Amino acid sequence: MNSFQILEYAAWAISAVLGLYMLFDMIRIDRTYDEELLTSSREGDIEDTLVIDPPHQGGHK
Amino acid sequence: MSQTTAVHGEKISLLRVLGPAHVWALGVGIVLVGEYMGWNFAVGKGGMIAALIACWVAGLLYTCVAMIDSEVTSTVAAAGGQYAQAKHIVGPLMAFNVGLYLVFAYTMLEAANAITLGYLVQTVGTMAGFADVHDKPFIVLTIMFLAWLNYRGVYATLTVNLILTAIAFVAILILFAAVKPWSNELLNHQAMLNGLPYGWLGVIASLHFGLWYYLGIEGTCQAAEEVRSPARSLPLGTMTGIMTLLIAATMTWYVCSGLMPWEYLGQAVTPLFDAARLTNSMPLMVLLFVGTVFSTLASANGCINDASRAWFSMGRDRYLPTWFGAVHPKNRTPYRSIVFLVPVALVFAYFAPLDQVITFSILSGLLGYTYMSLNVILFRRKWPLGMIKRGYIHPFHPLPALVLLLLCSVTYFAVFLGYGTQLIAMLIFFVVASLWFHFHRYQYVRRGDQFTMQWPRPVGY
Repeated sequence: MNSFQILEYAAWAISAVLGLYMLFDMIRIDRTYDEELLTSSREGDIEDTLVIDPPHQGGHK
Repeated sequence: MSQTTAVHGEKISLLRVLGPAHVWALGVGIVLVGEYMGWNFAVGKGGMIAALIACWVAGLLYTCVAMIDSEVTSTVAAAGGQYAQAKHIVGPLMAFNVGLYLVFAYTMLEAANAITLGYLVQTVGTMAGFADVHDKPFIVLTIMFLAWLNYRGVYATLTVNLILTAIAFVAILILFAAVKPWSNELLNHQAMLNGLPYGWLGVIASLHFGLWYYLGIEGTCQAAEEVRSPARSLPLGTMTGIMTLLIAATMTWYVCSGLMPWEYLGQAVTPLFDAARLTNSMPLMVLLFVGTVFSTLASANGCINDASRAWFSMGRDRYLPTWFGAVHPKNRTPYRSIVFLVPVALVFAYFAPLDQVITFSILSGLLGYTYMSLNVILFRRKWPLGMIKRGYIHPFHPLPALVLLLLCSVTYFAVFLGYGTQLIAMLIFFVVASLWFHFHRYQYVRRGDQFTMQWPRPVGY
């Protein structure tokens, strides 16, 4: 096996890890949060007070 | 608060964190790869001069697009960009079609970029002396990595795009300066320019690939719901974006047409990198190779951002299943739309030929531009100046809209000359999709909820 083949296997492996990460995170989020909350975004809503902010910006944890 | 319960009044929305520089990076980032590769097929269609005419005619087309887009989107600050505009100004069926144009144009372009990146890595491997090298692992890695980046958050995604795009643009400026455009030391336009080998028909045919210089600048609108000040940032980012591209496109043509004969340039895969090789400067070769890779990555990255926003917006309005209208509570991204479009991009990148993928992207974009010219005429008629506040007012209306419509018509003919079957197949697809929407899907749409802009009643209603 030459070093380019190792690179190719590494590319496959990283792709699989990233794909699985997104898939598992999506399932985790879907199970943790209420569907109504996840799909609560409305076009034109820009009032920041109504919006849940991420923890690092002082929002809910 | 329990994380499993939506408290009354609480909502999750996309995050407003972007500034004008991110908007510029989104628009130029999607497009700049067209300077590094693709535009030069216009040379093959009609010669050097035809490619220059195509560069400037397409530049005029896209200046109209940028001006029209800047005005309309400064009033419709919503993800989905032209889709949201069409919904408010024309109607649901037009909006559904525009949404599909956007998703197709960006997903196909993403696939084309991934194919190109895979090819570049494969070429490096072959040049390094490795046998039996494959492009597929790197095609898949490009799509998965950029999808993951988009999944994690829009600020990081478009900051990465800003860095990649700025480096790729500066590389073109450095190459232009390095070939000493004020002298004939390296450039030899007198010997290279060959008039119009296929006459004016060649000029029209070259328009097909002339679009490649600017295709995607209208993608800035997709950031409308994530910029801090849409009325200011979107016109500023879009207009500086088209100016950047006009400069980059003209420089690219000037450098390449002075260094390479048209027979070679017309079918070169990486013309700017080839131009750097002809200067015999190793630092320039490295810089332009890096520029090629970065511009390709930036383009694919921006395309994932834009396609997912369009898909998300359609889901949110029930034009598609509402499942797609979800926002990630921590990353604040349309995560389901991002993940859903990954396999779509992978299928096209893995199985479809590059020229077909590019042509479908161009055709989808072209359909979108045609709609834009009609859209702005309706917009000005229904809501004249002074009736609603605009962040930007484009000059000489309706001239830009009419010029855009005329140039789109000519470009349809240009595409028909080379890819007539694909053009007809695509039109049939959109007719079938429209029938499905009208007779089946529209019953699920909450008709009052889809119009969200606080505009007065239009003139005549």
